[in-house]
Amino acid sequence: MNDFKPQIIAFCCTNCASSAAQVAEGMKKTLPENVKIIQVPCTGRIEVLHLLKPFEEGADGVYVAGCQEDSCQYVSGITKAAKRVEHVKKILEELDIEPERISVFNLYAGKGHEFVQVALDMTDKIKELGPVM
Amino acid sequence: MSEFKSGSNLEKILKAGHFAFTGECGPPQGANVDHLKEKAGHLKGCVDAVNITDNQTAVVRMSSWAASLILLDEGIEPNFQMVCRDRNRLAIQSDILGVYAHGIRNMLCLSGDHQKFGNHPDAKNVFDIDSMQLIYTAKTMRDEGKFLNGQDLDVSPKLFIGAASNPFAEPFEFRVHRLAKKIAAGAGFIQTQCIYNMDKFREFMKRAVDMGLHEKCYILAGVTPMKSVGMARYMAKSVPGMDVPGSLIKRLQGAGKGKVAEEGIKFALEQIEEFKEMEGIAGVHLMAIEWEHKVPEIAERAGVLPRPTV
Amino acid sequence: MIVAEPKPIKEILEMVKDFKKVLIIGCKGCVTVCNVGGSKEVGILASTLRIDAKKNGKKIEVEEHTLERQCDPEYVDEIKDIINDYEAVISIACGVGPQFLSERFPSARVFPGVNTKFMGGATEHGIWSERCAGCGQCVIHYFGGICPIARCSKSLLNGPCGGSDHGKCEISKDVDCIWDIIVRKMMEQDRLDELLEFKPPKSWTTARDGGPRQLIREELVI
Repeated sequence: MNDFKPQIIAFCCTNCASSAAQVAEGMKKTLPENVKIIQVPCTGRIEVLHLLKPFEEGADGVYVAGCQEDSCQYVSGITKAAKRVEHVKKILEELDIEPERISVFNLYAGKGHEFVQVALDMTDKIKELGPVM
Repeated sequence: MSEFKSGSNLEKILKAGHFAFTGECGPPQGANVDHLKEKAGHLKGCVDAVNITDNQTAVVRMSSWAASLILLDEGIEPNFQMVCRDRNRLAIQSDILGVYAHGIRNMLCLSGDHQKFGNHPDAKNVFDIDSMQLIYTAKTMRDEGKFLNGQDLDVSPKLFIGAASNPFAEPFEFRVHRLAKKIAAGAGFIQTQCIYNMDKFREFMKRAVDMGLHEKCYILAGVTPMKSVGMARYMAKSVPGMDVPGSLIKRLQGAGKGKVAEEGIKFALEQIEEFKEMEGIAGVHLMAIEWEHKVPEIAERAGVLPRPTV
Repeated sequence: MIVAEPKPIKEILEMVKDFKKVLIIGCKGCVTVCNVGGSKEVGILASTLRIDAKKNGKKIEVEEHTLERQCDPEYVDEIKDIINDYEAVISIACGVGPQFLSERFPSARVFPGVNTKFMGGATEHGIWSERCAGCGQCVIHYFGGICPIARCSKSLLNGPCGGSDHGKCEISKDVDCIWDIIVRKMMEQDRLDELLEFKPPKSWTTARDGGPRQLIREELVI
């Protein structure tokens, strides 16, 4: 199982997570290459279907990286995203797929280290779970 | 034509101006006739009529009409209860004719507890008509000799029609009006919900007397002695529309170990004493739930024995 | 609107487990408004079925289609050229939709993807509440504009039962005693006397009790 390279899709808010990515770059910290970033203007626009599609296409894990709940650029974007992640967790559970394969993280624009750490943690977790199939 | 609506013992007692005393008995959850006879036997001679509950709390039991007939055989006058939950207007009217044909003379009209908290929550309910309309149905059959559809019936079921009243359910302001409505619909006697909050009940009766309702109908005050603190707490918390003041629970707690039941009976006796004097109250309906064997003692200590014969 | 909720995914999976070509049909009417059967939900259900197939190494072809309304034959007709390509059809409209599909396409295997709950409205975002029982003879004006048939657990017409408890129904503390609300509203409007009038037994002939219902309006029949 050690050579299992999980495919992970990360939906990242341009206001916080992407800025954090830039900070990380400046710190010469790099993301694991199995994590594919999709930038979104606000995580509030990520629909349930967006979160399901990666699994349909073969992803092993998905996460949303957005603002802190009290400092969302668009007030409630990350709160809505969190609800949709919960919805997808329920769908995965009903399909007998581990709900831990999807997560939501609240990041700060300035914390590049954390941004990378989230990707590493998610990768570890999915590695533990193994492939969906 | 007799001066009585039905000529039942209960009606005669009330018409004669005696302070009525009625009891209650739940049919068995099975066909255990002996057990029913034993429970009802405790009440014989102590009460003027015994209410036979109709799948109370929506738990299936022997049908109320059948259990009522067993009481009749035992020489005990039943007060046949009927709820609207389980029957449509066809079944209601045919049951009214049926019980009358077999000699039942008292009938208490109720909406019925919702099946959701009974032992068959998956059941479909009926509620074709409500308790008010049930009273009206029984009265129309008795006094007009007509079915609900206006068609004549041959021999009218001469029943003494009763109804329930809960002075403690919300909204309080409406309760006395609802009582008035039931009387107008045809209720000849009323049995109230178990009374524990005496202040509130006094206020309710004051309003009823102010409206002259006691002159149009006999009102029997509902009494259920508390057997334990647990029972009091359960009734306070979990029985909808029940008003058990904290002071009563405290009083029961204060009675000390092994003496709570006696304290509960004492409270009931004090209530009965007050009801004897209370304007507008024509009697007491004693609901000694699964405590039928205590009824003779309570009746004796309440000074309502022997029961008058009329 | 007609309010519905999704069926559990497992139940839907069980229904269509033997089929390899599945058509999911949504409806842009009520079920879109209550977020259960519109094009968005068609997409989610389709994706869910595909994920399940992938997980279990099965092949499935899921097609998505959302009709203007499933309760009108002219819109249902829209799928006449594609429906026969599919072994199973899941309708996520209210209970009317799958029946209209079944009637129009007698050879199709049609499955319901939602449970139809009641006629009501959204009292808050994400919360719906029943308002109408479709009894066929509206009487709400007698009760302060509130329907005791749909909203009283016992459909009482002559006032609150003895189980009314601090404004709540005896069946649950989460259910309002609608009679409590009716009485208070009528008192506020100084119309309590109207509630004191006896309401005779209702005729249920116009309700479902009178048998399956049909409505014919001659002026509209072509």
